[in-house]
Amino acid sequence: MSPRGGDRPMVPKADFRSYYGRPIVRPAPWTHDVAAYLFTGGLAAGSALLAAGGQATGRPRLRRAGRVAALGAVAASGYFLVADLGRPERFHHMLRVAKPTSPMSVGVWIFSAFSAAAGVAAAAEAAPLVPSRFARKVLPPVGSAAGLAAGAIAPALATYTAVLLADTATPSWHAAYPELPFVFAGSALASGAGVGLIADPGPPARRMAVLGAALELYGAHRIETTKGLLSEPYATGKAGRLLRTGRTLTAAGVAGAVLGKRSRVVSALSGLSLLAASAITRFGIFDGGMASARDPQYTVVPQKERIAGKMPD
Amino acid sequence: MANSLYGPLDPAPDAGYVDAPPRMGFFTDTSVCIGCKACEVACKEWNAVPDDGFDLLGQSYDNTGGLSANSWRHVAFIEQPRPDPVFLGMPGQDKPDFRWLMMSNVCKHCTHAGCLDVCPTGALFRTEFGTVVVQEDVCNGCGYCVAACPYGVIDRREGDGRAWKCTMCYDRIGDGLTPACAQACPTESIQYGELDVLREAAAERVAKLHAEGVESARLYGHSEEDGVGGDGAFFLLLDEPEVYGLPPDPVVTTKDLPDMWKRAGLAALTMAASVAVAFLGRRR
Repeated sequence: MSPRGGDRPMVPKADFRSYYGRPIVRPAPWTHDVAAYLFTGGLAAGSALLAAGGQATGRPRLRRAGRVAALGAVAASGYFLVADLGRPERFHHMLRVAKPTSPMSVGVWIFSAFSAAAGVAAAAEAAPLVPSRFARKVLPPVGSAAGLAAGAIAPALATYTAVLLADTATPSWHAAYPELPFVFAGSALASGAGVGLIADPGPPARRMAVLGAALELYGAHRIETTKGLLSEPYATGKAGRLLRTGRTLTAAGVAGAVLGKRSRVVSALSGLSLLAASAITRFGIFDGGMASARDPQYTVVPQKERIAGKMPD
Repeated sequence: MANSLYGPLDPAPDAGYVDAPPRMGFFTDTSVCIGCKACEVACKEWNAVPDDGFDLLGQSYDNTGGLSANSWRHVAFIEQPRPDPVFLGMPGQDKPDFRWLMMSNVCKHCTHAGCLDVCPTGALFRTEFGTVVVQEDVCNGCGYCVAACPYGVIDRREGDGRAWKCTMCYDRIGDGLTPACAQACPTESIQYGELDVLREAAAERVAKLHAEGVESARLYGHSEEDGVGGDGAFFLLLDEPEVYGLPPDPVVTTKDLPDMWKRAGLAALTMAASVAVAFLGRRR
């Protein structure tokens, strides 16, 4: 038992053999840029949905805030994605193929389409500032079409990243594949709601916060408790601390969003709390998977159990 | 196409080759490996693989550590006390109480190669020989293949940024030559040839070892019914795979990809529905 608490293994230490304790699978050679992208990509998706909702139901402040946040988040995403390549100047090599067996290839096309739509939608918000009368007339409808397109692509942008992580030999990411898309969908919704709570708190942003947080917390709970030994990396060490912090901030954000209706300040703080929770949860999921790749027991023990299960008694 | 993601398959025709030559492979028989590392050296020399420093790892005679961007063959050394001494015909002691396992590891050139499946640029491709090769002029170093390999083989090179691994000497086998490692191996521990022929030879070898009382001999990666559809480079081992740093039951990650996309689709729909509920709910 760890004296610090919280770091207790949920499964007894496994008995297994290895080659000098060296890892078997290789952790992805990714820095935290990728974890940051998981957050900014989700934020872009959540914000675009907030904007589309605001647009469809006549809430211009939500629409504007959502479109601007989506553009900012998508620009940051582009930076993180390119920066993490071994050969950043070759980023466009991604565009020479479209491969359904590669979640990264699928994601590149989703991301490209989304960026174009989100960019046009955000640019259209500048219509009142443009001197040309023609542009002032044409931009808003173009922006509306682009805003709806971005909203339509957003759920794919928010969830493909779960497949991106799960479609690896990284034991704890792969094992989490049934729930990971729900965690990421919920996290994206909660972060979009966070933007709404800061810009224009109202019932839609509050409901979005509650629904997003519910999805995120449910999915994360399943991942942390139902994967046997492969849940352990999410419950212990740095990943465990990050995920616990994320859960606390999500709960605080939702509580503030629901109970702090009358206060603009409490709503904004709740929004910030949800944004921070979303980012921290992504880093926790990222680190949990990386930890599972670095320790051979997470590769060997579940595979030995699988073999034992296949053997006739 | 049936079995494109999982199950028995001949990979070159599946990749679109018409009249593909027979699938080529390696059979590495660790029972005759003497740990000379000629394979490591020959590979580095032929493929101009850069030096990766001089480390004394304190792991028996292994100072390479494992397969990496700069080591496409790796000889593992395992020292074990042996409870049941068996005479294997080695000179010196006739019944040693100690055994020394040596094994030259290499890229498995899987039938269902996770690295190839997930590569987003098309840099990794299936050759007409059924092997898997990286095109270094295309790879942009995204690193996805590194995380997807169930054996931890392919790796991104520091300073270079691109992914590298064994090519089964694609530049040699196209000219009918033997890959450098197999050519250099002095004991025929590394055998190169048509995969079907090698599989038969391996089955005979393991039967012979069993007949001689070496109960621990087993094949690894030879079966097309396994989780990666069989390896193009397979092994005869004398202990459990994990002892050599191999995964005991590797399964290609893309086996579950259709399910993964289904779950993501369900999550995406849930997300869209949540937004609809949030905005269409009663106004106060």
